Amino acid sequence: MKSASLEMLPTAEIGDYVLVHVGVAISKVDEEEAKKTFEYLREIGEVGELEDIDEYLPKTE
Amino acid sequence: MKYLKEYRDPVLARKILDEIRRTVTRPWSIMEVCGGQTHSLVKNGIIDVLPSEITMIHGPGCPVCVTPIHLIDAAIDLAMRPNIILCSFGDMLRVPGSNQNLLEAKAQGADVRILYSPLEAVAIAKDNPTKEVVFFAVGFETTAPANALSLVHAKREGIANYSILASHVLVPPAIKAVINDPLSKIDGFLAAGHVCTIMGNGQYYPLASEYKVPIVVTGFEPIDVIQGILMVVKQLELGTYEVENQYSRIVREEGNKEAKAIIEQVFEVSDQVWRGIGEIPASGYKIQDNFEAFDAVKKFGISVDAPEEKTECISGEIMKGLKKPSQCPHFGKKCTPENPLGAPMVSSEGACAAYYHFSGTSISN
Repeated sequence: MKSASLEMLPTAEIGDYVLVHVGVAISKVDEEEAKKTFEYLREIGEVGELEDIDEYLPKTE
Repeated sequence: MKYLKEYRDPVLARKILDEIRRTVTRPWSIMEVCGGQTHSLVKNGIIDVLPSEITMIHGPGCPVCVTPIHLIDAAIDLAMRPNIILCSFGDMLRVPGSNQNLLEAKAQGADVRILYSPLEAVAIAKDNPTKEVVFFAVGFETTAPANALSLVHAKREGIANYSILASHVLVPPAIKAVINDPLSKIDGFLAAGHVCTIMGNGQYYPLASEYKVPIVVTGFEPIDVIQGILMVVKQLELGTYEVENQYSRIVREEGNKEAKAIIEQVFEVSDQVWRGIGEIPASGYKIQDNFEAFDAVKKFGISVDAPEEKTECISGEIMKGLKKPSQCPHFGKKCTPENPLGAPMVSSEGACAAYYHFSGTSISN
């Protein structure tokens, strides 16, 4: 396991998914935005045909 | 794994490709700026299944490729000195200098170490107080904060035997240089998502409006890249030139303010020589005077004059998108990843390496 500095991401909390580049966490994955991407793809009328798309969308907790 | 698998779904990829096919009506040239995106395009076979109207042009976003040769030579020279531990990212070791590369220097006994992070180099310096530890710090805006952070750590902990040999490059001036090249004809750009993760999207608005080119900030997984292409094509067909963010799950509009602050604390914008391309004004970072004790150039009196490079490598034409790797007479023959003529054949972000490893063009001749 590699360690990563959180100095550039002071708001990161346990359980967050973060992007780490050369040992430094630089961004937190935004679940809402990830969801929007798939909603956009659904809008173009394509994703709806995918059987397992629901599993891609972040669960609301 | 969450946020990964879904961006590699082949069924979804085909659906978006269908949408691109339905949207496109005429030829467009789109540059993906970042070498990571080039690899995603080639490795995943996307480039082979795009409609024929779309030409992907591979940009200069490979930091290893554009690191000037005199700095490679300087790194080798430092590595050969008995009291120096020279550290860098793995990709740097095979990049050809004027006479040899860092790997060959290592074979001759130089203490050259491959690291994952510059922060590890600071720890090595701390553990080896009688040695000088130099980190060969190359990278775009994405890597600059980590390199800067290593200097902040060293200064804070009073580690005087640490320094960096810095070669930093910046994306927006490179995009500008590519657009202004009279031979290039690029209709739209996929901007590098990880660079924007740090810097935000602000620098791209003036570029998009001044040059009337759509710019879509894009990620690196197959779905990201294909969606980025779709977004650019939609704009091109409509005649718009906006900055859009495909990679919004990672890229915030304002970037990462902590990372930007640490860059500003350590570096200042300077002119920079790009290997294969030449000097681009205000396209790099140099170390500010308040951190000059950690600047290997000053510490070891390294010459910063870039000599003219004599080479058979056409990396400049490759990185400006004027030629494809397979159009180089040496591709896969005189130039291979084992014996490269130039850096794009070595780096994990180099266009020639992508074509050699993944496109099948390496065995077609």
